[in-house]
Amino acid sequence: MPRPPTQLPQFSSVSDVAKRLSAAGYLTDKQIATTVFLADRLGKPLLVEGPAGTGKTELAKALAAATDAELIRLQCYEGLDEARALYEWNYKKQLLRIQASQAEGGANWDSVHDDIFGEEFLLSRPLLTAIRRTEPTVLLIDETDKADVEVEGLLLEVLSDFQVTIPELGTVVATRRPTVVLTSNATRELSEALKRRCLYLALDYPSAEREREIVLSRVPDLAPGLADQLVRTIRALRALELKKSPSISETLDWAQTLLELGLDTLDEGAIGDTLGVVLKHASDQERAAAELRLN
Amino acid sequence: MSGAVVSSAGAPGGLGGHLDGFVRAVREAGIPVGISQAVDAAEILTVVDLLDREQLRHGLAAVLLQRGNQRAIYDTLFDLWWPLGDRPVAVADDGEPDGDGEAVTLDAPDAGGELDPSARLREELARLLAEGDEAELARFARRAVALLGQTSPSPSGQSWFSYRVMRALSPDSLVTQLLEGLLGGGGRGGMAEQVARGEIRERLATFKAAVDTEVRRRQAEERGRDRIAKSAVKPLADQIDFLRAQQGDLAELRRMVAPLARRLAVRLSARRRMGRQGRLDFRKTVRASLGTGGVPVVTHHRPRKIHKPELVVLCDISGSVAGFSHFTLMLTQALREHFSGVRAFAFVDSTDEVTRFFTPGADVADAIRRIGREADVVAFEGHSDYGNALEVFADRWPTVVGPKSSLLVLGDGRTNYRPPGLPVLADLVNRSRSAHWLNPEPRRLWGSGDSAALKYAEVVDMVECRNAAQLADFVTTL
Repeated sequence: MPRPPTQLPQFSSVSDVAKRLSAAGYLTDKQIATTVFLADRLGKPLLVEGPAGTGKTELAKALAAATDAELIRLQCYEGLDEARALYEWNYKKQLLRIQASQAEGGANWDSVHDDIFGEEFLLSRPLLTAIRRTEPTVLLIDETDKADVEVEGLLLEVLSDFQVTIPELGTVVATRRPTVVLTSNATRELSEALKRRCLYLALDYPSAEREREIVLSRVPDLAPGLADQLVRTIRALRALELKKSPSISETLDWAQTLLELGLDTLDEGAIGDTLGVVLKHASDQERAAAELRLN
Repeated sequence: MSGAVVSSAGAPGGLGGHLDGFVRAVREAGIPVGISQAVDAAEILTVVDLLDREQLRHGLAAVLLQRGNQRAIYDTLFDLWWPLGDRPVAVADDGEPDGDGEAVTLDAPDAGGELDPSARLREELARLLAEGDEAELARFARRAVALLGQTSPSPSGQSWFSYRVMRALSPDSLVTQLLEGLLGGGGRGGMAEQVARGEIRERLATFKAAVDTEVRRRQAEERGRDRIAKSAVKPLADQIDFLRAQQGDLAELRRMVAPLARRLAVRLSARRRMGRQGRLDFRKTVRASLGTGGVPVVTHHRPRKIHKPELVVLCDISGSVAGFSHFTLMLTQALREHFSGVRAFAFVDSTDEVTRFFTPGADVADAIRRIGREADVVAFEGHSDYGNALEVFADRWPTVVGPKSSLLVLGDGRTNYRPPGLPVLADLVNRSRSAHWLNPEPRRLWGSGDSAALKYAEVVDMVECRNAAQLADFVTTL
């Protein structure tokens, strides 16, 4: 059996990961940096699981930027199938080709057959594209939990051997193994087999310190004191039992909002006016107002 | 370079064997770890910097864990198996020579008077809590345990206790002082205070956890790691018995309910297999065929009508199943948010409709309180009477259960030796499209004492549902 192609590690150490990701605009903590480093070293796919808006997709993008790779994204959804994930024959073009050859008058079947199952008629979908690329690639398989169970079987095959067999063309083997990142919101359990092949990274809301740094790096014009207040308030909101806890991206939106409005302190009035930026359920807003004594 | 690390670290004490023991402990704690993962874990040791404990922790977690909620257990076990500094100099080796010196000076008056060191430690604790540096706090916890945590061994041979530390330092009584410090004098009573309180709570919890970890480490040195590991590990949230759920577990359970309800709602509404299509959409098919020279290569279909089920939940909320009914009412609430066709009924010895308490967005705890106050579920003395409850239900709401509705009964089937009302239930089951009974008692207790579970099981599909994991199983097989 052909071994999947080995790759030179792209990172020299855990701190190298942290440094290069932060240069790409993604602040890591020890857990993220270590797991990314291991995924790179062991050549395993990285499964990132966590609530929405904790920077799972962002991590893949930053990884691509940090390693000068192109990002190829497979967005999963219910009903995703092989034809959308792997490859498909462009049957419309094939039909036209057949009709054209008929018009030319009695073309040889063998030549037509060879012709219509050629490279020209193959529609390459993200998985095949990622495998065939010779330049550095980050393959992001986003929201894996949204896809049906059958897709996981397909992924298993592709991710363990990095090869795809197309009956008419033969087996396509990766010349250069892409870095694979899978993300999941954990709305359903992924299969054991898939999880076993991946390194698991549970992303949760960041620590106060890290979130403060994220806010300041993304919204640099914000006053540090206000950022501090903002992060503390967000953490208080997360401690409540809300339908949807505010995510990092919503923290950033809030910071941006405060900046645009020219507010320099986060008091009850300011929060009351802008709470809609972070809490998007009416019941959550009422609850936060009651628990934090906003009125 | 990685080879050098292995050979140098592999020699003393058998690193491989140690890892093996750790993996086994993780497995025993209920986290499934396959052989290939154990092999991967060994590979991790060759790649990470073994001198960096956090790298090792996160590295092993990446291969051994598969779900976010396993992390707490894993961390507990990791701290036991790879403790911070077995060497006596460990406290100082965190890069604080004066920290070590202080510990020595504190040791001396310790022999004389008990009061002095704890007062000084308390002061230091207040300062650290106000600053909120977690690493400093953890270091302090280790020192506090060393100074205050030991007592003469108990009969079981245990001499380290975290309650001694907590009693000596009583961090909870520092809250007012800390609040004062965080708020800087102004703004009491408003939002700022609530935020600050939350922060203090969090820091106190961090400190408590650090003390517990250190005490466990000391205990493990004394009584062996395996024994401590067994007692230190709490069951995973989805294994917690509903009937024994503590107040603290309920929050955890509530978090698990939402996805379960979503799945249940999907299961109940998507009865047909996905991918089967409805009637041919002629127009769309012809139009699409133009692209292929008039040959209808792909047929297009109209989407099938989505099946809208009606779910009727009949829930025992008597005292004997309090934990369970709390949970099932949470489930009902979550279901209500996903589809509108849910009607909920609660009973003790009479039945009342409680749907109105579960408006989308309502607070579950609040709804439960209101049910207890406003709903008419107790007719006589407040012990469950299934016979009467079922009769009242069938009598007052005869049309609720019909050929389109699924019936879900939640209760332990303990009738207090009263008539179980079997014919009424059988009739309800016959009229409904599907009916299930979730019983929070272990199967072996069904039919014991006043339980009529076995009799009910003859007329309705009864499922043992003691914890969230079993509920998840039920939802998947539905």
